[in-house]
Amino acid sequence: MSVQTGSRQITTLAGQPVSMRTQGGVASYLRKIWAIFAKEVRAEFHTKEITSTMVAFGALAVVVLGLAFDLRVPDSKMVVPGGLWVVVLFAGVLGLHRSFGAEVDRGSMAALLLAPMDRSAIYFGKLLANMFFMLYMELLILPLFLILFDTNLFRPWILVGVVLGTFGYAGVGTLFAALTANVRARETMLPILFLPVMIPVFMAGVGLTGGILDGRAMDGLWRWLQLMVVFDVLCITIAFMVFDLIWEGAS
Amino acid sequence: MNGSNGHHGGPAPLIQAQSVHKRFGRKAVLRGVDLTVNQGEVVALLGANGAGKTTLIRLICGLDKPDRGQIALGGVQQKQAGHELRRYVGVVSHAPLLYDDLSSLENLRFFAQLYDIVDPDVRIQAVLRAVDLWHRRYDPVRTYSRGLTQRLAIGRAILHDPPVLLLDEPDTGLDQASAEMLRGLIRQLGGSNRAVLLTTHNLDRAIEWSDKICLLVDGRIVYEAATNELAADDLKRIYRQLAIEQNGLAGDLSETFELSPSLDQSESI
Repeated sequence: MSVQTGSRQITTLAGQPVSMRTQGGVASYLRKIWAIFAKEVRAEFHTKEITSTMVAFGALAVVVLGLAFDLRVPDSKMVVPGGLWVVVLFAGVLGLHRSFGAEVDRGSMAALLLAPMDRSAIYFGKLLANMFFMLYMELLILPLFLILFDTNLFRPWILVGVVLGTFGYAGVGTLFAALTANVRARETMLPILFLPVMIPVFMAGVGLTGGILDGRAMDGLWRWLQLMVVFDVLCITIAFMVFDLIWEGAS
Repeated sequence: MNGSNGHHGGPAPLIQAQSVHKRFGRKAVLRGVDLTVNQGEVVALLGANGAGKTTLIRLICGLDKPDRGQIALGGVQQKQAGHELRRYVGVVSHAPLLYDDLSSLENLRFFAQLYDIVDPDVRIQAVLRAVDLWHRRYDPVRTYSRGLTQRLAIGRAILHDPPVLLLDEPDTGLDQASAEMLRGLIRQLGGSNRAVLLTTHNLDRAIEWSDKICLLVDGRIVYEAATNELAADDLKRIYRQLAIEQNGLAGDLSETFELSPSLDQSESI
């Protein structure tokens, strides 16, 4: 029997043929990204391990910030942009290290690596899942800023900034989560390595949110959005190129 | 005594390892392994812990790369093949390679998507019935016993009906009934133009389940023989002799292999 590409049929256990689409191209690649994303969300739906931790930490952090600045800062709204992005940065890490860490701990990572697909599909599937979990967490903590800081963050350009920032965060975070997945002290190593890289997104997020809350015109705020877009494109390109190398002999 | 290097007019080799070397740091784990598994053949790889069995399985399935030597699957060199070659391999390893929080149905649906299986529900049903887990299909895998999990792991490995099946100690944790089911599956798969390479510490099962035995000692295949020419006692004697020749020490064989059926049964309780 020689190994061939194209469709094939083999008599199976039940005497029924197994057909596989082996020439799927981009559609097949996208289906696999979707399958990994859906698997992550389904597993999280059963356990609520990541989202519950992130939401609990995020909510607690907003409450602590509210109490801390209410006593000393004349207008606590001033700290909202920084507070928002600090909470996003630190709450997100809690979910990120589970992204690949759980796969490595449970020994299921090898199953993904053995699948007939470009391994970057694993990265993009995980990235989408991490982004989904973070957006879910952000959706729940944004109203807390309205309650505790009397600041409405549900404004279109703030939300655009949050989505762009979260995409960059999840993009870099997923890559670093993969890099540290086989490290024994990954819970410590991930934030130490990853958070400094996120400084551009943090600065852009704070700048954009602050500018919009201050009522400044968008003309002066485009640079923050541009910074986020450039950061997102760069990190995704780098991750796409190096992701396969991370798993060489490391599963 | 070395492993065979190829086939001469017989069935096509589906697994062919030639002079494979692998080193981890300063330790040479594989030191020139030659191994051929032909179409329709079940080969059992035996060896003590640390002999290099799992490393060889990892190299063949593509989870790791050899430092030297070549591995070909179905005549295609691993080095030259893309990720499509992974479609032709099914692996059962020490870890079940499953998601505990998902049910067996959800697990297999996920893997069916990764392997682009057309009409997956029909295939999943056939596989779950074959490993006798259809009645537990909605239960999360974390609620399964070790034996049930291992059966599902076997189901996952054969889901895409791979021509090459690599089973790294697949009988670990299985009770007698599950082991019997596995034997039937291996025989069925081996007898239907697939190549099955399995590792085990159970000599009786190795002889009963396989067509050929290969002994891996200190990173080399030092002996191979057709199982119809062997009895477990012969194999123990041969192993002891070869281990002494290779290492100067045979070690305690009872630690290396499961030597008696009674020990085997007590482990499965």
